[in-house]
Amino acid sequence: MLDQTHTALDGISVSIRDLELSFGAVKVLQDLNLDIAKGEFLVLLGASGCGKSTLLNCIAGLLEPTGGQIFIEGKNVTWAEPSERGIGMVFQSYALYPQMSVKGNLSFGLKNARVPKAEIERRVARAAELLHLQPLLDRKPAALSGGQRQRVAIGRALVRDVDVFLFDEPLSNLDAKLRAELRIELKRLHQSLDNTMIYVTHDQVEAMTLADRIAIMRGGVIQQLAQPLEIYNRPANLYVAGFIGSPPMNFIPGTIAGSEFVGAVRMPLSGYDWERGPHTSGNVVFGIRPEHVKIGDAARHCACQTTVTIEVVEPMGADTLLWTRVGDDEFRIRLDGQTTIHEGQTLPIGFDIDCASLFDAQTENRI
Amino acid sequence: MVDISQTYSASRRLDGAAGARPKRRISASRIMTYGILCVICFYYILPLWVMMMTSLKGMPEVRMGNIFAPPVEITFEPWVKAWSQACTGLNCDGLSRGFWNSVKITIPSVLISIVVASVNGYALVNWKFKGSEIFFGILLFGAFIPYQVMIYPIVIILREIGLMGDVWGLVLVHTIFGMPILTLLFRNYFASLPEELFKAARVDGAGFWGIFFQVLVPMSLPIFTVAMILQVTGIWNDFLFGVIYTKPEAYPMTVQLNNIVNSVQGVKEYNVNMAATLITGLVPLTIYLLSGKLFVRGIAAGAVKG
Amino acid sequence: MSVIDPVAPRAAGRPKKLIANPMAKIAALPMIMTALVIFIGCSVWTVVHSFTKSKLLPSSQFVGFDQYERLWSTRRWLASVENIAIYGLVALVFSLVVGFVIAVLLDQKVRAEGAFRTIILFPYSLSFIVTGLVWQWILNPDFGIQYIVRGWGFENFTFDPLHNPDTVLAALLMAGLWQGTGLVAVILLAALRGVDEDIWKASRVDGVPAWKTYIWVVIPILRPAFVTATVLIATGIVKLYDLVVALTNGGPGIASEMPAKYVYDAMFGKQNLGQGFAASTMMLLSVLLILIPWAIFEFRGKKRG
Ligand SMILES: Nc1ncnc2c1ncn2[C@@H]1O[C@H](COP(=O)(O)OP(=O)(O)O)[C@@H](O)[C@H]1O
Ligand SMILES: [Mg+2]
Repeated sequence: MLDQTHTALDGISVSIRDLELSFGAVKVLQDLNLDIAKGEFLVLLGASGCGKSTLLNCIAGLLEPTGGQIFIEGKNVTWAEPSERGIGMVFQSYALYPQMSVKGNLSFGLKNARVPKAEIERRVARAAELLHLQPLLDRKPAALSGGQRQRVAIGRALVRDVDVFLFDEPLSNLDAKLRAELRIELKRLHQSLDNTMIYVTHDQVEAMTLADRIAIMRGGVIQQLAQPLEIYNRPANLYVAGFIGSPPMNFIPGTIAGSEFVGAVRMPLSGYDWERGPHTSGNVVFGIRPEHVKIGDAARHCACQTTVTIEVVEPMGADTLLWTRVGDDEFRIRLDGQTTIHEGQTLPIGFDIDCASLFDAQTENRI
Repeated sequence: MVDISQTYSASRRLDGAAGARPKRRISASRIMTYGILCVICFYYILPLWVMMMTSLKGMPEVRMGNIFAPPVEITFEPWVKAWSQACTGLNCDGLSRGFWNSVKITIPSVLISIVVASVNGYALVNWKFKGSEIFFGILLFGAFIPYQVMIYPIVIILREIGLMGDVWGLVLVHTIFGMPILTLLFRNYFASLPEELFKAARVDGAGFWGIFFQVLVPMSLPIFTVAMILQVTGIWNDFLFGVIYTKPEAYPMTVQLNNIVNSVQGVKEYNVNMAATLITGLVPLTIYLLSGKLFVRGIAAGAVKG
Repeated sequence: MSVIDPVAPRAAGRPKKLIANPMAKIAALPMIMTALVIFIGCSVWTVVHSFTKSKLLPSSQFVGFDQYERLWSTRRWLASVENIAIYGLVALVFSLVVGFVIAVLLDQKVRAEGAFRTIILFPYSLSFIVTGLVWQWILNPDFGIQYIVRGWGFENFTFDPLHNPDTVLAALLMAGLWQGTGLVAVILLAALRGVDEDIWKASRVDGVPAWKTYIWVVIPILRPAFVTATVLIATGIVKLYDLVVALTNGGPGIASEMPAKYVYDAMFGKQNLGQGFAASTMMLLSVLLILIPWAIFEFRGKKRG
């Protein structure tokens, strides 16, 4: 079944062309194109139900696409069995075989592939060492903690000696502390192996910390594919801008009049990094991240200044969140830790153009 | 159909502790609760008691007296007679013949129907194909069709394939009529297992049978037990199919029992009759008492059989 | 890696397989055959042949509604229908009411609940034949209840339902309910366990007596369980056969005949297949009359949910 066509996929590990998938009349994925480099850590990020798992299942061969092609390591695998694709997969619910020991779980795939016994032993031992599973090899999954279970699940993908690892929200079932620990462990693992990793999550912290590149999905369509900081600094559209960052970006609707943005605030646009040449008119949305808003004295040097009344103060320890309004729109400000600002206080605020974003009000795309 | 699965899951809830209720009343109403329950239990136990007592008395004592009274002189002769000498029409070799016939019918019927239904339920959950749900819908609907509508055409079919009157014909019939409920049971159970387990096994290169035997079956022993209980009691207790699809020499125990007790010839030996009745009830009764909660799960699911 | 096509990876067509996942279809074959051949095929066959003049052997000579006209002018069939209607109604009401009462009693945090449950459910594990024969013995006028009560000094006490056409259905009910009520109780008990406990706190706060809460709050919540139980009982009643054979064999006279028995006797006793087919078609019709409202109820319930 494997089509041995060698093509212009040098350096590309997984290539997805015009992928389309529908459940009945519902199109879950459409016109999806994606090239993932060898050894890359790609994160698929998006809200629940946007089709991330569906895409991953297509790559794994667990779902048959209704259109398009998938290539892994240069082979057309669109219709290949999951086990023939050279992939390993880790699931959110661990999906360990409950009646098999850890060792049985690790070696099940190898036995199915009729790998010689000695080789199985060798690979299981190596995976166990990498993931610190040696003392647990004879236990049943029920006798393991959540973190240990997920390490076994990762090990199950590891022993198969595959080119591509697929992760479907592997850390979502763990508590916050374990999640952070395993995140680091995954990162180390990626650094020590040269596998391609495709990692699905809805958690932007995981995405930002792990990814070489992030693909942000919405409604089965990739909204932006870029490095984490690029996505943070230059979100491609309003959706991405609102999705990445916590609390999300502030938006102020308005228009461009000549070289100025006019809305609830006025902002000279000289120095703005236009996406495709300057605009001089049109309805737009102005975006500024809460952490880029300056207050008090610092605000006096900003290109754009206004005065707001603080409605709610949320101290969170490391930083403090202020809730207010600019015009009719809710506006959030994030400050460092300790502050004496109190509710009802009126403050001057300001921000600069170099950390602002402008979006077309119609197309919602960055301009 | 939702309702049946609901019953099934609801019956699992029985395992939980009793719900918190206002419990101030230790007094009159409490006593009444226990009183009524005891009266009800008395009604339920009574026939069992009568059966037991009668079967342990000699005929003279039965004729003399009270069916509720314990035997003055215990005798096991009625049991022996029921087992090895009671007459049905021509032969007088007792219920043992029916017992062994029932064993010969029940064992293959249970095994085959469970194998067929479990594999089918698995295919329905994990390997859906176009139309599979429609066939399943028809199958479930079939559980409600009165058997009487189908019995005669089945006679013709069995005759055509040469199994009419044969034990294997009856096995086939039990497999067919057990299929709706067993398939539902297995389908619901397999559907309740995490789908990702199935996906993981596919990535690990296991095929249709590999996933079934190596991954699913080992973790589904409880549901296989439930199915087994359901089928053993159901098939053991069957009367209608046994009387239609087997020959007199191969009649199952229930049919033979009815023929012994309700035969019009000869003097009625009530003690032997009761012993025979009790012996016939003993198999399902033992299963019931041994299996406890699993039985409840099984019948709650199997009650569709009507 | 040798580059053959430097522009784009080659798109391949879907490989042609004869049958997609063949194993699943093989595994489902028994189901498909059962659904098509037995449940649909055999039912249709019987319905079609109920319009023929089949006698000793199935015939293909159609006679319109003749068999039905004869059926509905046969005393035995009319008695069967009347019997099943009376039996069915009483059994349904009685088992739901008593089953619910038992369930409520068992839900009062009683001690030894498990033992009580075991006792009320054990008859359900028995064959109807066993049940019928035991009750036949208990109701035997010369040894059973009548004999005993007379022995207590009530010389004129008569309780002989097995030989009295007017009360024979009571005998069937005693036995049938003995076997089946436990199941209803257990189904309802399971449903009661699913009722939110806060209802009891709320009703206590509001000062509503427990019995009122049961009737106005709990029973509506248990509606799905009641519907399930009703369907189970009803479809069971339509099939009632073994119990009658063992307990009364339709007697005295035709006082306890039942439709299922009419079908069996017509087909296998009197070699009058046409009557058997017509009668069983009527049974199918009555099941549909029970089932279709239930299906609609279910469907609407799902839509709302
Ligand atoms: N088997 C299925 N049948 C129909 N719709 C499905 C099925 N699986 C997923 N979907 C739908 O496809 C969309 C994408 O699902 P999924 O890929 O699981 O999202 P997520 O991004 O949360 O992983 C959802 O709207 C979901 O409802
Ligand atoms: Mg998902």
